[in-house]
Amino acid sequence: MDRTPASGLLPKPPAEVAFSAARVRADFPILGTTERGKPLVYLDNAATTQKPTAVLDAMRGYFEEYCANIHRGAYAMSAKATDAYEGVREKVRRLINARRTDEIVYVRGTTEAINLVSHSWGLKYLKPGDEILITEMEHHSNIVPWQIAAQRTGATLRWVGLRDDGTLELEAFDRLLTPRTKLVAVTQCSNVLGTINPIVEIVQRARRVGALVLVDAAQSVPNMPVDVQLLGCDFLAFSGHKMCGPTGVGILYARRELLDAMDPWLGGGDMIREVRMEGSTWNELPWKFEAGTPAIAEVIGLGAAIDYLAGIGIARIRNHEQGLAAYALERLRGLGPDVRIFGPRLACHRGGVVAFTVGDVHPHDLATIVDQDGVCVRAGHHCAQPIMRRFGVAATARASFYFYNTEEEVDVLIDSLRRAREFFQGGAR
Amino acid sequence: MSELTDLYQEVILDHHRHPRNFKALPDADRQALGHNPLCGDQLIVFVKLAGDVIVDVAFQGQGCAISRASASMMTAAVKGLPRAQADALFEKFHQLVTGQKELGHPEIELGKLAAFGGVCEFPVRVKCASLPWHTLRAALESTAKPISTE
Repeated sequence: MDRTPASGLLPKPPAEVAFSAARVRADFPILGTTERGKPLVYLDNAATTQKPTAVLDAMRGYFEEYCANIHRGAYAMSAKATDAYEGVREKVRRLINARRTDEIVYVRGTTEAINLVSHSWGLKYLKPGDEILITEMEHHSNIVPWQIAAQRTGATLRWVGLRDDGTLELEAFDRLLTPRTKLVAVTQCSNVLGTINPIVEIVQRARRVGALVLVDAAQSVPNMPVDVQLLGCDFLAFSGHKMCGPTGVGILYARRELLDAMDPWLGGGDMIREVRMEGSTWNELPWKFEAGTPAIAEVIGLGAAIDYLAGIGIARIRNHEQGLAAYALERLRGLGPDVRIFGPRLACHRGGVVAFTVGDVHPHDLATIVDQDGVCVRAGHHCAQPIMRRFGVAATARASFYFYNTEEEVDVLIDSLRRAREFFQGGAR
Repeated sequence: MSELTDLYQEVILDHHRHPRNFKALPDADRQALGHNPLCGDQLIVFVKLAGDVIVDVAFQGQGCAISRASASMMTAAVKGLPRAQADALFEKFHQLVTGQKELGHPEIELGKLAAFGGVCEFPVRVKCASLPWHTLRAALESTAKPISTE
């Protein structure tokens, strides 16, 4: 293929295979089902995504054909399971363009990945007076581990605030980044505001003071091209279940030197080289951080999900979602002046996530009513209470898209929201 | 929309739009803060007692239609009741919204509160309806900690 990528841009997908959401929907058994007698309109993809047949088949294949533990058995079936499990590491490496497969650690999900870093790196290296810089748009899973680490080490948490349009106060980085800053922990894409943050720029600023950067990529890796070498980050965390894979598996990427220097978090089988009564030595990377029998079937499922997404093309997925976000923003604004939308105005600055409120209808009531029309949206604080406080709301509704969603589904949502508003406000006027 | 009108009966919508006893009670001798971490809803229930009788009760806070209407209708229902009767009413109300037990004639046992009978069809909304009651109980017991539905 003739590839002439401009700097920082990914090669364009070949034009001869136009993307069709309608076609890919056939790969997802659940998308053909009904909810309360209505076709399912699943718009809660930032919470978890649906699974294609290819992923289900891969997991079923492991269970039915070669279910064995890994790294142990001297028999062929165990070797096959080990190869399948280890083979996924290369798929993940390629997906995020890591240098080596031993920089890819299997964990349960984004939350566990961040906790691994806060324990194995944070508790070892943070000292009283050190600072951890996070932002007000972080998911609780990129806040609480740092609060715990700060509490235990005497380090201090500093916060970068948000502008009214839901973007980071980038100028605050210059004020808050000092030689005391040891780590910047930031999301690449907000699960509420949708904001896509300029990670490359943040990494460059952090480097000037010698701080490491952890990227919460739970909402970015599934939805847009992510290249850890291009970003220059030190740690990157994401979950399998938000990218068509199963629950219970996620990835921590970390630079090899850091993983080498960090101590194990969990002790047990598989993470050791030798166990003696007087003490033990650790296995090589990445197994040093993978104690116990891992989620073998889930890792294999994640591998199938990565293959599936690669077959579509991550850049195409991003294009489609940006289009859907733009359409949803336009339709929501058209619904009336009482619709409040959180986050950047332009779809090109956000992922496929749109949080909103409609008049004084409580988001919980909105979600119940649109559920009657088969529409699944999230209502609540989205595990991001600092954002709720920043924008002065207790909760919002949130629609979040994936590549299998369509403009017609956005239309169903909008019609349903209109009915919800009439239902609550009709009698009051 | 029939299940919806079961859930959001007219009397519930009315109390949501025009909540009764929706104010602070400056001379309250008991109060408690209730919190539903799932949706961020919070309310404070104020109680004034004379001996064992709830002579006045009010609430403040933000919440969905179900929790606000439930709080409003609760205050109307328990005002003037002895504590034991308010407790007994909560037990019946709880059975109603969780669908645990067939109440023969909920409208007789619960009066207007029977309007919450549709809630049991919506398990995720049970906490919305019961939060004000949990908070009232906490106020009566003067629990120092905020009440959580989790």
